Amino acid sequence: MSQLLLDVNGLTMRFGGLVAVNGVNLKVKNRQIVSVIGPNGAGKTTVFNCLSGFYIPTEGSVMLKNKQIAGLKDYQISRKGLVRTFQHVRLFQKMTVIENMLVAQHRHLNTNLISGLFKTPNYRRLEQEAMDHAVHWLKEVDLLEFANREAGNLSYGQQRRLEIARCMVTQPELLMLDEPAAGLNPNETKQLDELIIKLRDEHEISILLIEHDMSLVMGISDHIYVIAQGTPLANGTADEIKNNPDVIKAYLGEE
Amino acid sequence: MTTNKFYNAIFAAGITLILACLMIGVKLDTSGTQLAVKGATTAQWTWIGGGIAIVFLSQLFTNQIDALFRMIPKPSISTMLPEEKKMATLKPWLIAGAIVIMVIWPFMVSRGSVDLATLTLIYIMLGLGLNIVVGLAGLLDLGFVAFYAVGAYTYALLSQYFGLSFWVCLPISAGMAALFGFVLGFPVLRLRGDYLAIVTLGFGEIIRILLNNWTEVTGGPSGISGIAKPTLFGLEFTRKAKGGEDAMTFHEYFNLDYSSSYKVIFLYLIAILLVCFVIYVINRLMRMPIGRAWEALREDEIACRSLGLNRTAIKLSAFTLGASTAGFAGAFFSARQGFISPESFIFIESAIILAIVVLGGMGSQYGIILAAIVMTILPELAREFSEYRMLLFGLLMVLMMRWRPDGLIPTKRPHLELKQQ
Ligand SMILES: Nc1ncnc2c1ncn2[C@@H]1O[C@H](COP(=O)(O)OP(=O)(O)OP(=O)(O)O)[C@@H](O)[C@H]1O
Ligand SMILES: [Mg+2]
Repeated sequence: MSQLLLDVNGLTMRFGGLVAVNGVNLKVKNRQIVSVIGPNGAGKTTVFNCLSGFYIPTEGSVMLKNKQIAGLKDYQISRKGLVRTFQHVRLFQKMTVIENMLVAQHRHLNTNLISGLFKTPNYRRLEQEAMDHAVHWLKEVDLLEFANREAGNLSYGQQRRLEIARCMVTQPELLMLDEPAAGLNPNETKQLDELIIKLRDEHEISILLIEHDMSLVMGISDHIYVIAQGTPLANGTADEIKNNPDVIKAYLGEE
Repeated sequence: MTTNKFYNAIFAAGITLILACLMIGVKLDTSGTQLAVKGATTAQWTWIGGGIAIVFLSQLFTNQIDALFRMIPKPSISTMLPEEKKMATLKPWLIAGAIVIMVIWPFMVSRGSVDLATLTLIYIMLGLGLNIVVGLAGLLDLGFVAFYAVGAYTYALLSQYFGLSFWVCLPISAGMAALFGFVLGFPVLRLRGDYLAIVTLGFGEIIRILLNNWTEVTGGPSGISGIAKPTLFGLEFTRKAKGGEDAMTFHEYFNLDYSSSYKVIFLYLIAILLVCFVIYVINRLMRMPIGRAWEALREDEIACRSLGLNRTAIKLSAFTLGASTAGFAGAFFSARQGFISPESFIFIESAIILAIVVLGGMGSQYGIILAAIVMTILPELAREFSEYRMLLFGLLMVLMMRWRPDGLIPTKRPHLELKQQ
């Protein structure tokens, strides 16, 4: 059996009187694609914010590789190998594509001021490694030819891919994608589908996915969690979810 | 729309009237032992009336005035310069040429001009330092002068109490200012924009008040005088050597007649050296990981956090490095001046340095150099108007913001390029 990578139990997030997330449980194993679905405002993004440390959960435990991470600072969590993208793309718009990739590798570089001023061999070597690593990932997402463009000038689909590549250079073990297919055309969605599967199969990472595009979710997920109004509604494989009467009701009731 | 404009104009004119009446219209005067309220003269009232009319009309016709500003051409540096590839080969020569000219120039002009140039160089250093904090890292610091003061007093005190030389104290001053920056920055850098501005403003005042009141050490309002001037490998620039038996003066050593302009030129050359050093370091910093992180943090703080960047540490590095540059400039300032007092480090200084950064174009080094030159030389040229200095200063800022909101030379950050492989 593959190992448990992320284990979330009883995650609850309250904003004043509003309970945005209420007792959510999630399990992600190594090399798995797990999806979280639910109607608008269900609290999916809030779950991500809790896991990635942007919010400190009101209750519940978040275990990454059997270590508690709830309560750690956002940057500490991302250094432990849990990295996310955003529902609305967040790139460094005025920096070039390659610079975006290098900023993401900041902590792997030699940031000592003296070494930088004198360009010591160690500084050069790490800078070159980061560059190579960035080039590798730009190739993977098909953006190498745009390396010297300003990120803000890329098309929307390219920006989405760059955001994923930028996460990947940080060498995560769990990648969390918040609606990566939103705003993509069918062709780009298909590319994304392939990219996510490749990340799991070739790069051996796990992916936690929030998505509204049901055909994408049903096609690639190993396991699916459904939440509605912050509360867990169901979980299971794609087929189990498709035929779950509660889920159908929640979605039909909304539409 | 137009009625709206009209009311707006009336309102602005009204405010002007009230302010003018309070500030110019009535004056408290002593007549004998009593205070008496005196009205303004007719001439002053005419001026006030004219001012109100100008405010009224300029508010009424903002659109037309804006259109006028748009018609003024904006020379763009990038179109005036030869293309990039040629520039790359030309650049080292241009820089070398500029340095040679700057070194030769003082020998041909008057002492006063050299002295003014030295002052300008100090402001360039301060502008470049604040630029790290405001322009590159996007942190609004209104108390930058505090670090300048720390640097200046560090040298003055070390030289007075321990007799340490300028060259030893220079790094100590920078380090001391950096330490202050670090200690202040640590708790306050969590604050957002406006709050940070207010805290730094307060800090600037605290330092000044401290210097004013800690009389036993800093001499209080009367300051510290007789601060030793820098030496050239131990050679002094005074008429007679002061420092002990085997101390020598510059003119004795080189068998020259004594002239006080040697000292002025020597100080100027040191300033050039320091400015070159600061420019070099900042240029390197912008291309280093830390420089990229500053820029990234300014662009999108949330994305930075999600990628494992510790924002407090990154902001703190900008704050500390900026402060150390100010400390550097401060040490040189007290050495040049020979006398410092808390009066040299008032809020207006912070405002001027900030104006240099904004005027130059946030983040742009050439822009800041140009703005520092403008800001120090203009007041000298317009000596007769010195009473109206702040007024002109405000007018300049308003006009600049209308004409070129991005500053004299807008930023063109050095982008890192991937060589095609
Ligand atoms: N910082 C906050 N303060 C107060 N309420 C919040 C906050 N963040 C989220 N919420 C509330 O929590 C609820 C869940 O929001 P969330 O963004 O997690 O939904 P979502 O499932 O991601 O929806 P969508 O599919 O539209 O992205 C919403 O009612 C939202 O208003
Ligand atoms: Mg959402």
